Amino acid sequence: MLARAFDRGTVLFLVILAIAVVLVPLGNLAMEPGSAAYLPSYAVSLLGKYLCYAILALSVDLIWGYCGILSLGHGAFFALGGYAMGMHLMREIGDRGVYANPELPDFMVFLNWKELPWYWWGFDIFPFAVVMALFVPGLLAFVFGWFAFRSRVTGVYLSIITQAMTYALLLAFFRNEMGFGGNNGLTDFKDVLGFSLQDDGTRAGLFILSGICLGVFYILCRVIVTSRLGKVLVAVRDAESRTRFLGYRVEYYKLFVFTLSAMMAGVAGALYTPQVGIINPGEFSPANSIEIVIWVAIGGRGTLAGAALGAVLVNAAKTLFTGWFPEIWLFALGALFIAVTLFLPKGVLGLFARKRRRRTTPPLPGDIPETAPDLSREMPSGAQPKPAE
Amino acid sequence: MRFILLTLALFASLAAGLAATPARADTFEDLVAKLPDGKYKQRGEVIEAIAATGDARAVQILEFLGAGELYQMKADGVIVRVVKEGRDSIAYDIYTAEKIGEVGRRDATKIKVNNSLRRLIRDSVGALTLRAPDPALRLAAAETILKNPDPGQIEALDAAIAAETDAEVKQAFTEARAAAVLASDAAAKEKIAAIRIVAERGDAEALAVITPLASAEEASVASAAKDAIASIESARAVWDQAQNVWYGISLGSVLMLAAIGLAISFGVMGVINMAHGELVMLGAYTTFVVQEVIRNHAPGLFDWSLLIAAPLAFLVAGAVGVAIERGVCRWLYGRALETLLATWGVSLILQQTVRSLFGPTNQEVGNPSWMSGSFEVGQLAVTWNRLWIIVFALVVFGVLLAILKQTPAGLQMRAVTQNRRMADAMGVKTGWVDALTFGLGAGVGGLAGVALSQIDNVSPNLGQGYIVDSFMVVVFGGVGNLWGAFAGAFSLGVLNKFLEPYAGAVLAKILILVFIILFIQKRPRGLFALKGRAVEQ
Repeated sequence: MLARAFDRGTVLFLVILAIAVVLVPLGNLAMEPGSAAYLPSYAVSLLGKYLCYAILALSVDLIWGYCGILSLGHGAFFALGGYAMGMHLMREIGDRGVYANPELPDFMVFLNWKELPWYWWGFDIFPFAVVMALFVPGLLAFVFGWFAFRSRVTGVYLSIITQAMTYALLLAFFRNEMGFGGNNGLTDFKDVLGFSLQDDGTRAGLFILSGICLGVFYILCRVIVTSRLGKVLVAVRDAESRTRFLGYRVEYYKLFVFTLSAMMAGVAGALYTPQVGIINPGEFSPANSIEIVIWVAIGGRGTLAGAALGAVLVNAAKTLFTGWFPEIWLFALGALFIAVTLFLPKGVLGLFARKRRRRTTPPLPGDIPETAPDLSREMPSGAQPKPAE
Repeated sequence: MRFILLTLALFASLAAGLAATPARADTFEDLVAKLPDGKYKQRGEVIEAIAATGDARAVQILEFLGAGELYQMKADGVIVRVVKEGRDSIAYDIYTAEKIGEVGRRDATKIKVNNSLRRLIRDSVGALTLRAPDPALRLAAAETILKNPDPGQIEALDAAIAAETDAEVKQAFTEARAAAVLASDAAAKEKIAAIRIVAERGDAEALAVITPLASAEEASVASAAKDAIASIESARAVWDQAQNVWYGISLGSVLMLAAIGLAISFGVMGVINMAHGELVMLGAYTTFVVQEVIRNHAPGLFDWSLLIAAPLAFLVAGAVGVAIERGVCRWLYGRALETLLATWGVSLILQQTVRSLFGPTNQEVGNPSWMSGSFEVGQLAVTWNRLWIIVFALVVFGVLLAILKQTPAGLQMRAVTQNRRMADAMGVKTGWVDALTFGLGAGVGGLAGVALSQIDNVSPNLGQGYIVDSFMVVVFGGVGNLWGAFAGAFSLGVLNKFLEPYAGAVLAKILILVFIILFIQKRPRGLFALKGRAVEQ
């Protein structure tokens, strides 16, 4: 089973990732500033951010590419994980805040709160925060999925209510009364586990940790999609009712993979917050969540490695474009959405895969059939919006 | 000689009696001319005499006098009104308000008044306005007394009530008198009767008049006041609910306009058009452009701007809609989720295009005169623009319903909605129906933009604010049925406005979203689900 998970593409992806994880910190720490190979510190954090996005894209690809669940609210799980870590980092500030209050974060002092709300208890302990970064998104996804999948909310309807979920959370986190810093979110972090967040060493450490997490999650996803479970997921994606008629409890498969995916997104968020230095309600915005989906689509839906690649490519392009001509970025992003859905249904990686497949063997189990009998394409009965395909 | 004079005088007065006004006017003007004479005491008598004439001009002249604006010109003894404008003192004719010219400090003497004269003037003015010929003025006078009750005016009010013929004004006088009684030291019995009269009004002013009496010394008065307060407050609670319903209907009509176009294309093609919000925004910008053109070239047409903008907005948004369908959606049939992503891309491009063309800031779109202002129904304030938007939404809904039910194109749309393949087999050109439907839905989005431009900021982000709400309406109401969007929009609108006073605007919205998420679990296809034999796969 493991052998099947580690095919050539997987090994290649892991090798490239490993090289990046070694070279980037080396370029920053071992090289002298000014030398050609020197990587500035901000670039390390930037690349670390891309890796977090790659994990997020991986989590979306797992449910969308392999199970046909198009979540337009995955940014919510990411942000929840980010907030869990942000809360720990706020507690770490201690009395070094502007108001020098050892018990309360600055924004609570500012709001004239007298004591820490109960849901902030325990976040001064690092392992607790890490568990929460996994548990809170997981719990939300489990409860949400439990209701949604059992009542067979599928397709566009599911996408819309996931969007409603993240929109509701966006509004909620904007409220000062929620106790999560309102509009400004959580920021001004000082250090994590005693290491200053401004240190090059800490930044490199966080980058390496993000890389390792991406690798581990990638392997986990590969194992899942190449297992029997993965085959059932693909069956659910391609013909949900048929799979149900064959005796599979479709909703449990969906629930499992949705919850797992949310937890991965939570970890991505938890790694994101210390590297970017801020987490605010903007992360919950529906537009963000849709953007994640487009990373996956561009990289190649249902390829895992492609999702990670797409996240890095699009965000690198975004960084460059918004720096050079900010006017054009939205045009470019919009055009990407249209072009990829129209002309590249299998994304960038799909282009390579198609070339290679001509030379080699039958399709892999995880692949989306290109010319397979797609019933819905022939009879799109409008009243019954289809799940993905 | 004397006899002749007397006869002449008799004739003169007869003639005056026939012509009424000129004779009176003479006396009035004579009286006014007497104002500067003598001391304060004499001046008081003149003021009373002026008030007694009941002349329409008396109020204004007495008010000028009270404000210390009346002067007598030294040169010719004429009485003028002098107003300081900046450094200059300008004299006006007291009757015609015509500008006479500048006066120096030495040219005129002020007609002085003291405190007791001022009081006299105020009472006389009060009594005079109570007898003003214009009922609106009399009503306003009664309102003023109600707000600042003065026991000294009870007698004047009694006289006014006796003389009054207009029922509405009489009622207002009675209430004002009751308020004045409550402010006086009348007997408890009289006060309790007065409380009843004032409580009948049931509004905020009545509450303000009665509330101090709840702590009155006489127990009977205090308890009557407390009862009255309780009943007023419960009545006001009912009006508050009515106000909430009204706001809810207003919000619902906006939601319906924004969502109904979405519901049509969703119903027929099963795809969510994420660019719908931007089509709404295009409609609003069309209105803006139309108004700009009218402002620059034909300002007289401004009141017609919306009527001109509406068909244009429909065409602009509809054309963009057809372009989206032909250019993007057509290639993605049967892949609803991909369509969703591609139309999102379109929405980004449209947004950025408008931002590049018009700038990111809010554009000013004006209300035509017939849409500004408000009127009151009971204690309900109804603004004209909200009312017209509701009417507009209902008209659009009615027309769409008629198109879908009565026209051949509507028949084909419904056929495709129910069973695309069968419709195709029966000879319906489904591709053509798709383009038409998408264009129609988009055009209605444009119409929504015209309406929204009247109540919301016109900026490139206009559509974004409504798109999630419109999805909720469509998902809640169910697709393929216009009544779904209708019921969905109005119930969500009213529910939202009912929650707002208790939970606040943001929390109310969150609660609505949570409610919809839960509702979808119960009815995955919305309120009005389309029943049929189609299986998902």
